[in-house]
Amino acid sequence: MIKAILIFNNHGKPRLSKFYEHYTEDTEQQIIRETFHLVSKRDENVCNFLEGGMLIGGSDYKLIYRHYATLYFVFCVDSSESELGILDLIQVFVETLDKCFENVCELDLIFHVDKVHNILAEMVMGGMVLETNMNEIITQVDAQNKMEKSEVTSVLA
Amino acid sequence: MSDVVEKTLTALPSLLSLDSQPGSAKLSSTSKLGNLIRGITELTSKHEEEKLIQRELASIKEQVSSPNTSMRQMKELMVRAIYCESLGYEASFSYIHAIKLAQQGTVLEKRVGYLAVSLFLNESHELLLLLVNTVLKDLQSTNLIEVCMALTVVSQMFPKDMIPAILPLVEEKLNHPKEIIRRKAVLALYKFYLIAPNQVQHIHNKFRKALCDKDPGVMTASLHIYLQMIQENPEGYKDLTASFVTILKQVVGGKLPMDFNYHSVPAPWLQIQLLRILSLLGKNDQSTSEIMYEVLDESLRRAEMNHNITYAILYECVKCIYTIHPKSDLLEKAAKCIGNFVLSPKINLKYLGLKALTYVVQQDPKLALQHQMTIIECLDHPDLIIKRETLELLFRITNAQNVTVIVEKMLEFLHSNTDDYTTIDLVGKVAELAEKYAPGNEWFIETMNTVFSVGGDMMQPDIPNSFLKLLSEGFDTVEEDRKLRLFAVDSYVSLLQGEPGKLPQRFLQVISWVLGEYSHLREELEPATVMRLLAKLLDMKQTSSETKSWVLLAMTKLVRAGQVFQSAQEVSETYGSSMDTVLRQRAQELQHLSQDCELRARVLPQDAGLEPLEVDSSLSFLDGFVSEALAAGAAPYKPPHQRQEELAQAKALSLEPYGLSLPISMSSCSIADRQSPTLLSMSSGLSGDSTDLSHKGSSTTLKLDGVKRVWGREGYLAQREAVEEAAQVEVPSPLRSPSQQAEADSSHSQTPTPTPTPEPDQEKQQLASSLFFGLSSQSSVCLMGKSEPTPQRFRRKAKGQASSSGAAEQISNSLVSAPSAVDNFLCNNLLDSNITSQVGISSSEQTSELSQGPATTNGTCDTEAESTDGDIKGSNPSLIIGDNGLVAADPTPHKDPGSPKDFCLSSHLPAELSELCRSEITPLCSNQSLGLSACHVHKEDSLVLVVFITNSSDAAIRQILLDLDSEQLQVSCVSDSPVEDVTSHSVAMHQFSLTVKRPSVHVEVVGMVSYQLPVGTPQEVQFSYKLPLTSFIRPLTVSTEEYGTMWLSFSHDTKQNLTLISDGEEPLTATLNVLKEKLQLHIVEIIGMEGIIACQLLRDQPCLMHCRVHADVLAVWLRSPVPDLPDCLIYHCQRALQEH
Repeated sequence: MIKAILIFNNHGKPRLSKFYEHYTEDTEQQIIRETFHLVSKRDENVCNFLEGGMLIGGSDYKLIYRHYATLYFVFCVDSSESELGILDLIQVFVETLDKCFENVCELDLIFHVDKVHNILAEMVMGGMVLETNMNEIITQVDAQNKMEKSEVTSVLA
Repeated sequence: MSDVVEKTLTALPSLLSLDSQPGSAKLSSTSKLGNLIRGITELTSKHEEEKLIQRELASIKEQVSSPNTSMRQMKELMVRAIYCESLGYEASFSYIHAIKLAQQGTVLEKRVGYLAVSLFLNESHELLLLLVNTVLKDLQSTNLIEVCMALTVVSQMFPKDMIPAILPLVEEKLNHPKEIIRRKAVLALYKFYLIAPNQVQHIHNKFRKALCDKDPGVMTASLHIYLQMIQENPEGYKDLTASFVTILKQVVGGKLPMDFNYHSVPAPWLQIQLLRILSLLGKNDQSTSEIMYEVLDESLRRAEMNHNITYAILYECVKCIYTIHPKSDLLEKAAKCIGNFVLSPKINLKYLGLKALTYVVQQDPKLALQHQMTIIECLDHPDLIIKRETLELLFRITNAQNVTVIVEKMLEFLHSNTDDYTTIDLVGKVAELAEKYAPGNEWFIETMNTVFSVGGDMMQPDIPNSFLKLLSEGFDTVEEDRKLRLFAVDSYVSLLQGEPGKLPQRFLQVISWVLGEYSHLREELEPATVMRLLAKLLDMKQTSSETKSWVLLAMTKLVRAGQVFQSAQEVSETYGSSMDTVLRQRAQELQHLSQDCELRARVLPQDAGLEPLEVDSSLSFLDGFVSEALAAGAAPYKPPHQRQEELAQAKALSLEPYGLSLPISMSSCSIADRQSPTLLSMSSGLSGDSTDLSHKGSSTTLKLDGVKRVWGREGYLAQREAVEEAAQVEVPSPLRSPSQQAEADSSHSQTPTPTPTPEPDQEKQQLASSLFFGLSSQSSVCLMGKSEPTPQRFRRKAKGQASSSGAAEQISNSLVSAPSAVDNFLCNNLLDSNITSQVGISSSEQTSELSQGPATTNGTCDTEAESTDGDIKGSNPSLIIGDNGLVAADPTPHKDPGSPKDFCLSSHLPAELSELCRSEITPLCSNQSLGLSACHVHKEDSLVLVVFITNSSDAAIRQILLDLDSEQLQVSCVSDSPVEDVTSHSVAMHQFSLTVKRPSVHVEVVGMVSYQLPVGTPQEVQFSYKLPLTSFIRPLTVSTEEYGTMWLSFSHDTKQNLTLISDGEEPLTATLNVLKEKLQLHIVEIIGMEGIIACQLLRDQPCLMHCRVHADVLAVWLRSPVPDLPDCLIYHCQRALQEH
């Protein structure tokens, strides 16, 4: 199970947070802060896995993260997920974002937080990996975008 | 990819301010959200941000509540609210509008509405109720996107009690023509399975259909469910193994459409999932494992090392190969694979390689040996995570030879570590290793000192606990124990003379206990000096009051010697008026006990460590007081949980089977404590109620059951032996290459090891040889054919037979003297000993049986008896262990003969017995001339043991004398004139009637038969016969009223939580019926969630049982006038339910 997906920038500003398990608002913010604290002090040439944060779950949980330019993508998962598998899932996620936003940047995540969530929802559903195939995800997202456009035009007309 | 991001992700403000730049056009920075974001990025302080967001929220609030706001505007407002929430500011006013948007908007607005709902609300939020109808409507919509949205929100946050409302609709979606809907429906059902497994039980075959879906995506989704279900019950899905193997074969063979390829690897995530499922199925199952060998080999071969994701597959493959039943050539390939991981320059792969090594090192210790240089390098790796993983690996290969080096490495890491979680974890491991393999007293005490000072107050409380236990119980000879204690005293005195202010509280507590208990061992040490050191602790500001009470208790022990009397008086005066009641009590104790040496000698005897102390847990000494009070009209005592429940149900009808009325908080125990002459009152004065204590204990027991302690204290040895065994098996095999051989030998002889690394560092090599010393020597020892387990230093002394036979709850005297009222140490210890004695029952019985073996005069005969006994157990795995194949409560008479021998012997049974329910006839012992067998027959009011003596020789055997005896049973001979002579090839029979003297989980009859052959001297044969207590249990038919009166008059009780059986019918009834069937209990009445049961131990020894369903456990309370009977019965109840 994926417990949470967090995206924050190099300064720890949350850009997207999705929790698949219930925490209080305060705990969520604390988790983001602690995760940022853990991840940000790691060098570039160390492994992408972190174990045993006190806040999210203890020994069974790990943080798997990737750092792209100004953004950290962090997946918090339990032992039923494959470490390398998740690492590549992050890659798929970022590549999908890149395709959907045509050269994604931090601003896209800020201004289109709803779209990012929608893309994520096509990949991960309720903490389970739903789709790992980028093309398939993009097809689904495109179908929804088309509908959006048709709706906008109908409103304008 | 990351380059692309880097290019565009330049500075945020510059993009925002320069609208003409490319890329900013799509950012609609003129929108309100744009303004907000721009505003925030321009801010410099957190305070300003807060002000801005509050302003923003106020404006959103105003707009959302305005009736003129269109849905379209609402959507935009919701996005802004989401943004504010993601920064950590609450926008709860918008929740209801999010739901409204999901309800009423067009598809597009709905989507934002649903998104906002899933981000804002959680499954316990009350507003969620308002969403049910919307979800229902959308699930039935013809618009695919609406259905998808509804399914997503359902899997994200639907609570248990709302599932029934939508379940049929979600189920229906499994047949939807569109595969994306089917896939989402499968995942939603999986989520339901996780939160409420019993609600989706009926659709298991639909899961199978999903597994066979023509769309690979749906099939992949269904694997989530199967992984979970197989994890819970691997036996139930063995039949699917072949299907999973076929699927994997097709995937690996590239039979899936190209769409599923990721970096030209076919469906890697699917492969990973399948490999995990296979490893669960093949675990400990040779025949199932055999089905998958081929495909595993294929997977290994196909996964060429070219991309990250293939490593992921390989890793799962390797884990799977090491989990299932081993196959040598696969293991060889997997080992090579692990080597590739470990040696990889990529740090992620190194990490996984270490993880894999840690996983397999128990089966294959030489693999660690092979990579020793890499492991050494990883110890100095700059990445802490890698370092920690390496230590974890070393922890698994620790033995008596390398313990010092490994512990040193661990402590080194601990000193530099700042993460609490790691510290707690590692400190526990060091303590465990130290206790297990300490090479000497000095080292042990010093290591533990570091553990205590580094671990501080964060570490698990059982570490100081078991340390003190070890000190007090001792481990070896008296002399060694004395040395260890002396060394501890010396070490602590010098620590206190240094800077005790820096030591953590827990450590100070340990120190004061040890000084109080053992400082007298060091004769030249003046008690006054110790007293002064302890007094210094009291004066320190940072000393907690908990520690102070430990110190005061230590002082109380020290006043044995007269000259410290004065300072003791001073201290007790200071704290006699403390605001802290516990401290005040300790001070009072100190004062009184320092004046009354006779009482002190009784309360705190010197060197009482090993003498067990009887604890009357049922407080029977209070019986008189209680019955007096009851006679005077007092309400009977109720435990707190019952009181609370009753308060909660005060307004409902009383469903109590025996009318207990007024909830009353009288703690009979604390009142009586003052009169109580026993030791216990000293420590339990504040804890109040020890029945309650034992209740807590039982719940702890249950919790422990669930937690698998792989490296538990007792389990450790067994696993180590398994390692050695594995080593022994593998050493002679051709797998072991000559170079490894050389490596092993050379490191054994402590010369530098030749390794593949060019120009290896001399220092590292030395480290390697010391780290892996034990491992290699282990294998070489095996080579020489003497595989002796390495001696363990601090092996706990086996508990005495008396204490493990389950009955008396015994704890060591010295531990009672720890300030139990102050903390839970005593409680823990009590529980510990309870648990061990309960758990240990069956095994200790087994060993007692075995240990009697050599004592017998006729060795061959005895071993034979044992081996047959073992056979029977082996062939009847479902039966209660050690009950000699008896289905105790089988209501139908045992008529089908188990074996021809059984048949021929059973024909000798007297007519009145042959119709009754009985156990199988078990051979007890035999030699060339004579064979003994026995069975027990259940009569309604007694238990008859029938012993058959078969004369297998050609001559008559004379002067047969059969003598039976038992610790727990009363044995009386039934036959009027016992047979003395048995003619050639015939059978004689003796009957004995058995009654229980003292209940025990299993009871045993030992016997001796002496006889005289026509030629030669008189001979003797010994034997033993074991039977479970359940054979003596009969139903007790009483009415509810009678039950009520009996309940109040019984004094011995036990509480325990049992697991409920839930197969279809009502769980309480189902569970009670199982107990009734297996243990022959009588169900008096079942009222709602409670049930009362009665039984008796043959005649006149009743035991009553009260069961109540609490959440998903059955809280059971047993009472009986017979001591130990409740404990034994609860054991059998547990067994019965486990076996069900």
